[in-house]
Amino acid sequence: MSAEAAPAKTDGWEPKIVAFCCNWCSYGGADSAGMGRFQQPPTARIIRVMCSGRIDPLHVFNAFLEGADAVLVTGCHIGDCHYVNGNDKTKIKYKFLENVVRELGLEKERLQLNWISASEGEKFANFIRDVTAQIKKLGPSPLKPGGVS
Amino acid sequence: MKGSVAVVGGGIAGIQAALDLADSGFKTYLIESRPSIGGTMSQLDKTFPTNDCAMCILSPKLVETGRHPNIELLSYSDVKSITGKAGDFKVKVVKKARYVDETKCTGCGTCTEKCPTKVLDEYNAGMSKRKAIYIPFAQAIPRVATIDASKCMYLTKGKCGVCKKVCGPKAVDYEQKDKEIELDVGSVVLATGFKPFDPSVLKQYRFDHPDVITSLQFERLLSASGPTQGHVTKQSDGKVPKKIAFIQCVGSRNPRINRKHCSSVCCMYATKESIIAKEHDSDLDITIFHIDIRAFGKNFEEFYNRAQKEYGIKYINSRPPEVIVDAKNALSLKYEDFNAGELKTENFDMVVLSIGLDPSDSTRALAGSSGIALDNFGNIATNMGSPVETSVPGIYVCGAAQGPKDIPDTVAQASAAAAKAAALLSAERGTLIKERKFPDEKILSPEPRIGVFICHCGINIGSVVNVPNVVEYAKTLPNVAHAQEMLYACSSDSQVTIKDAIAKNNLNRVVVASCTPRTHEPLFQNTCREAGLNPYLFELANIREHCSWVHMKEKEKATEKAKGVVQMAVAKSALFQPLYKQKVSLINSAVVLGGGVAGMTAALDIANNGYRVTLVEKETELGGMLKEMTELYDGKKPADVLKELIQKVNENKNIVVVNEAKLIKVEGYLGNFKGIIQANGKEMPVDFGAAVVATGARNFEPAGLFNYGKDSRVVTQAQLEKMLGNSISAKTITMVQCVGARNKEREYCGRTCCIDAVKNAVRIKKANSNANVYVLYRDMRTYGVMERLYENARDLGIIFIKYDAEKPPAVQDGAVTVHDSMLNEDIEIASDLVVLSTPLVAGENEEINQLFKIPLDKNKFFLEAHPKLRPVDFATDGVFLCGSAQAPKLLDEAISQASAAASRACTILSRKFIETEGAVSVVNEAKCIGCGTCVTVCPYNAPSLQDVTVKAEEVTYTAKKSRINPAACKGCGSCAAACPAGAITAQHFSSKEIGEAINAFNKGVKSISIEQKTGTVEVIV
Ligand code: FES
Repeated sequence: MSAEAAPAKTDGWEPKIVAFCCNWCSYGGADSAGMGRFQQPPTARIIRVMCSGRIDPLHVFNAFLEGADAVLVTGCHIGDCHYVNGNDKTKIKYKFLENVVRELGLEKERLQLNWISASEGEKFANFIRDVTAQIKKLGPSPLKPGGVS
Repeated sequence: MKGSVAVVGGGIAGIQAALDLADSGFKTYLIESRPSIGGTMSQLDKTFPTNDCAMCILSPKLVETGRHPNIELLSYSDVKSITGKAGDFKVKVVKKARYVDETKCTGCGTCTEKCPTKVLDEYNAGMSKRKAIYIPFAQAIPRVATIDASKCMYLTKGKCGVCKKVCGPKAVDYEQKDKEIELDVGSVVLATGFKPFDPSVLKQYRFDHPDVITSLQFERLLSASGPTQGHVTKQSDGKVPKKIAFIQCVGSRNPRINRKHCSSVCCMYATKESIIAKEHDSDLDITIFHIDIRAFGKNFEEFYNRAQKEYGIKYINSRPPEVIVDAKNALSLKYEDFNAGELKTENFDMVVLSIGLDPSDSTRALAGSSGIALDNFGNIATNMGSPVETSVPGIYVCGAAQGPKDIPDTVAQASAAAAKAAALLSAERGTLIKERKFPDEKILSPEPRIGVFICHCGINIGSVVNVPNVVEYAKTLPNVAHAQEMLYACSSDSQVTIKDAIAKNNLNRVVVASCTPRTHEPLFQNTCREAGLNPYLFELANIREHCSWVHMKEKEKATEKAKGVVQMAVAKSALFQPLYKQKVSLINSAVVLGGGVAGMTAALDIANNGYRVTLVEKETELGGMLKEMTELYDGKKPADVLKELIQKVNENKNIVVVNEAKLIKVEGYLGNFKGIIQANGKEMPVDFGAAVVATGARNFEPAGLFNYGKDSRVVTQAQLEKMLGNSISAKTITMVQCVGARNKEREYCGRTCCIDAVKNAVRIKKANSNANVYVLYRDMRTYGVMERLYENARDLGIIFIKYDAEKPPAVQDGAVTVHDSMLNEDIEIASDLVVLSTPLVAGENEEINQLFKIPLDKNKFFLEAHPKLRPVDFATDGVFLCGSAQAPKLLDEAISQASAAASRACTILSRKFIETEGAVSVVNEAKCIGCGTCVTVCPYNAPSLQDVTVKAEEVTYTAKKSRINPAACKGCGSCAAACPAGAITAQHFSSKEIGEAINAFNKGVKSISIEQKTGTVEVIV
């Protein structure tokens, strides 16, 4: 929580985060966060896909190009994917994504991967809180259409 | 024999039993004496221990029941008698005069509005007024008005008649008479529930004072649909109370008024109500006066701890205090604080009486007229080994009518009763049922016309998110043709509203902004379908779990976020296209994992329903943990129970038992699983349509605790249980409760340990009245009817000493020292035998959780699909759960759960076909380059490369093109993400649809369409 103290230049500024969640685990984790009333900053917009394996690198780039300050790729813990091994494929794609994000000159905090089960509501909330704090420190994404405001 | 069942009682128990039976191919009559189904659960604000909104989880079930083609609802009807025998019963039902024609009433509510007569509203526990013609609550099913004949001016005095005048469809009929009908059914399920205890008979609680209210009244005060819209106020002056006291055990554990049972649920509901009250007003000061806190269920102890630590709720250990009203009419409580050992008086603004659950009068009357035996408490009598069978074969019981219990236990028992009734009538399955009929799908106009419905969810959303504001915003969004708010989008009247709006505005896409699609999507999809819209033209925007509940303190930002979430859903939905499911055959047999009592019961119930079962047991013989027991709670011998059960399993032609075996591999999905069983070093394939996990748990070994393992005088309760099979010589026996439970490492309560300890203490004392037996406990959790064991133990002279977790007992050379927290002094007991009561811990569940991809909770027990209403289901379709694998439980509870799991499995096995996923992936052959990436990526072998003849201008050639088998595709979308040519569309989650959502995320900024992609991005898989 202490990380929420952001540098002055981003005072009052709230990052915009796109979180891709798979229906069976991380989306359920976000639901559990709600059921447990685990409070979190209102910075994330969740895009539900059936499996993290559905997340096309192009969706991630698209999110950055549309002004996301951070993109979260989430799914079931390895071994728990509802479709056998979708998240194994996600892991591979993520490696590739990490490289491209670096090439684009984005800080590594702007793209994050996390496995969150349907019962891990608190973990989900903490994740959103932590990422928000990190991005607040970094300020808006340099890829923001129209440049940094 | 008849293929139909009468379910008596329309609370959550009756609803669940009826749904299971109707889904398994039986015509079901659901008979409810009140105007609407829903029972007590419909009056609850939240449910413990997750604080789920009660109406939100109940309402979809109400709607489903009301809509089910095989459930005939007889509301406002009483059962007079049941005669006949198993297979052929006659049930006499009196349909009470409603004075409203059910077939004509549309539930518009005009009559209620115009009715001049006000009466006390029982739905709000008498704290508000309703009209003499009324619909009991917003989500009521059926949604028709009822005239309260004893209050209606026309029916009592012949004056007024307004309702008849204003009723458009001419539904009001003052001439209506009670009507007696007779139902021919094969079986009966009794789900008649309980009666809340009336505290006015106990004068010491001063229930005559307006600020002394029952827990049910308090529940209504907390509810958004309650008399004060969720604001807790005093009945005396309407002011906000600052200090509230809960008095536990009002009408429970009280031999003086002949209510000896524990009501099982009050400790937890008082905790829940306190937490919610604190959430509404964090300055509230709340104290709960209790004898023991019985937090015995899954996650209850954790809930109780949170109440103290996070919410600052105070718990005071005392006998139920006396309520004092002074000359100024102010309230105070006089009580003896057990821990402090002194008499105290404290002032409070409001006192809540945690009233117990009493057997209902109608249960007694019906049992009397139909010859069904009752137990000593007035509940319908059953046995430990057959917890849903009444004394009359063919008549089953479930829920609180059998004894006080919470919602998940009730739901499990309801499914269990359904399994028994279905097994009895399995020869007649499917003979009396109808198929569900939907109107034809309407032809879609080319441009999207989206309807947006934004839910207040009582105050769950509305108190944080400014809903009217979001509605206005929604109206400005592209393609939105209609937007409105709703109090509860999931209620039955809202379904009518949505359907009307679809017709009136010619909508062709629907967005509901409410809660999670994981629970509510099917409900709204059904509504769309009933309105002639393909169910895939629907989208849920989650503004509760993902918004109002997690941004409770940031109302404005939450409102902005809700707008954003709605905007994304609207943008995505504009691209939705109709999709269709396919029908595929299924394998009508099951696999049950675990050959303990739960597994054997589940296998037998499935087999008796007419389906083949493979029962997989890891040991050399069946029996599980019951083999270790030497006496049951009712005095019966476990060996007898086991012998009978094993014999039944072995004799059943539908069951194959594989011992020393393990399921090592599973592929496939609901209806069509393929597995491999490893037994005696050999591997054999097994095909099945559904699976039940009943792998049990194991005893915790308290190595190193209290000298266990070093001193032979220190044993576990499980070891004592075995020793008591013979006589023991020890003269002084000291039992220590909560060893390895309710601590940092293992927060949960072992549920059965107190009952086991008390049972064994009684056995020792009965065998040798000179023996000295001490039980050192923290809270004595002999819940429900097990309270009688505790009472019996005290009568026999067994000594119970309460200790504090901070000052645990110590064991040294057979001497047990303990600080008695009630007498506030140290005691030393020289003991011949020290018995440690330890909880059950999870078994090797990790293997199975990987096999079926089913989740575990933090204690490594299996995690059910929903803690309240789906206690034996997994989120993964076709896999079910029962027994101690879910959490520790008593024998009868495990048996109920096992039958429940069987019932749930039979709702699948009884189907003629399985519907496949509608949102499957498709290949655009023109773009496909035949590389085969999709073939390698897919775990289900859905895509395959085919030789296709391609004609391009003058050339004709053969090329490899991928095709996806829609019956095998599960719709995960991995292939679409992997296809290098962008040739695959994951329907309903296409890149276009996702791209629109992302674009809407940052509306106002230039959009970059995903279609511009070049296909040069390589994805390595
Ligand atoms: S379903 Fe969650 S990652 Fe595949």
